[in-house]
Amino acid sequence: MMLSHLTATLRRWQLGRRAVIAFPLVWLLLFFLLPFALVLKISLSQGAVAIPPYGPLVEYADQTLNIFLNLGNYLFLLSDSLYVAAYWGSVKTAFISTVVCLLIGYPMAYAMARAPARWQLLLLLLVMLPSWTSFLIRVYAWMGILSNSGLINNLLMGMGVIETPLRMMNTQFAVVIGIVYAYLPFMVLPLYAHLTRLDNSLLEAASDLGSRKLNTFIKVTLPLSMGGIIAGSMLVFIPAVGEFVIPELLGGPDTLMIGKVLWEEFFLNRDWPIASALAMVMLLLLLVPIVWFHRYQSRELEE
Amino acid sequence: MSLVRRRPHFSTVMLIIGLLFLYLPMAVLVVYSFNSSRLVTVWAGFSTQWYSALFRDQQILSAVWTSLKIAFFAASMAVCLGTVAAFVMTRFGHFRGKTALSSMVTAPLVMPEVITGLSLLLLFVQMAQLTGWPADRGASTIWIAHTTFCSAYVAVVVAARLRELDSSIEEAAMDLGSPPLKTFFFVTLPIISPALAAGWLLAFTLSLDDLVIASFVSGPGANTLPMVVFSSVRMGVSPKINALATLIILTVSLATFLAWYFMRRSEAKRQQSLKQDAS
Repeated sequence: MMLSHLTATLRRWQLGRRAVIAFPLVWLLLFFLLPFALVLKISLSQGAVAIPPYGPLVEYADQTLNIFLNLGNYLFLLSDSLYVAAYWGSVKTAFISTVVCLLIGYPMAYAMARAPARWQLLLLLLVMLPSWTSFLIRVYAWMGILSNSGLINNLLMGMGVIETPLRMMNTQFAVVIGIVYAYLPFMVLPLYAHLTRLDNSLLEAASDLGSRKLNTFIKVTLPLSMGGIIAGSMLVFIPAVGEFVIPELLGGPDTLMIGKVLWEEFFLNRDWPIASALAMVMLLLLLVPIVWFHRYQSRELEE
Repeated sequence: MSLVRRRPHFSTVMLIIGLLFLYLPMAVLVVYSFNSSRLVTVWAGFSTQWYSALFRDQQILSAVWTSLKIAFFAASMAVCLGTVAAFVMTRFGHFRGKTALSSMVTAPLVMPEVITGLSLLLLFVQMAQLTGWPADRGASTIWIAHTTFCSAYVAVVVAARLRELDSSIEEAAMDLGSPPLKTFFFVTLPIISPALAAGWLLAFTLSLDDLVIASFVSGPGANTLPMVVFSSVRMGVSPKINALATLIILTVSLATFLAWYFMRRSEAKRQQSLKQDAS
């Protein structure tokens, strides 16, 4: 009797355990993974003047089952140099911005990790605070600073340094500034997390053994913070490739980025199949960085 | 003591420059929100007229209300989902679907918003075709979209806390006969509640801030604050938006200051009790 009671309890727990696992798993399967399958599906369909604006993939008529797999959208992406240029422009801009973020963010994180303990929380909050305000408004701030009649041009012309305003708005430069500004906190955070965990005795050991500061930095600090460098860089690079708001507000005709092209295909041209194909190719491009980030992150999660 | 002041470290200089870089543009926004001229770049005297204009703007006010409602419910649901996901990943050992779950928790952190937005819209359109729901896209579809990506952030925050938490307390409760569900609600949850609060706040600000995903999954009815701000900002610089920005910055700064104050106080208390225990 005792035993049967126990097995019943265990079985109930087992059932409960499954239900608990199912709750987040089913939600994410339904609202995160399944949508990607649908993007793939629509990217293989034909555009149509209908609501929603695409044709069916499977049709049953006259006792024949017709399956349409339209690769035309993908071929179209390859044939039109606009799309190739947009992908290249996105990757290039995101890469430059990531490097700039790393060059500014690493010393910042390093100084924070070395700061006295009672300062560290305050510094961390100071770095993160901007990211809790509004992304849109922080990008907007640069419109007033960089434009032809903006703050920098006004200042420089007022001081007589330049005669005519420098064209900074609607350039590649403005887009890089915008991305660096918006994403810098996400670079600093994982770097700081890694650098604070760094064991000081290792650095002392290196210096006791006669290693010079720069040498210690390159041979000890840098390799030990590699996880933070990867995480921070991926947190900047991957979203930056698909960025829409920043190129839309700060970019110009010469700054072609894929997020903006996708947005326009979807909202202006109402070409859902092309927009889906663009998203699939972007996902394919980002697959390696995403997997890289995931492997790093899950190691962090499980340790 | 040497009279020669030590040259500050390179990284300290960079930290100061970096913080200036982060804060100067926001300071400019705040200063020009008090400008009486419509031209944001020319200073024409102090005025608070843009604040009163902001509070008369019905479109912005109703968008603020819509955004706050969506953010509140999305953050609350995301905390439920994210906490369960974090608990399952850190405490359940191995189970089928664990890799899938952990991938789906980390991927939204980096997924470009245009992809997430497009894919969710396509899902809602197909669901409407198959089941008739959602007939109209609007606040409810934005809520689902925000819950999904916010729960990933909550899961990361909560999992970090669960991992550093000593599981022996939970095991002790179970050994003493507390069933798992009871242990979770009466032992684990109270200990990780600060992480839940942090996760909720993070999810709330993320939902309030999202433009791209909401634009994809929204219908004609629901306009969130970022959507209204975006359509206004696209036309160029507007002092009313500066006033709005100032209020947002003020609110976030105040909340952050309070958080810092309480965290510092509890840390000081902890230190003191440690000292008392030692003596």
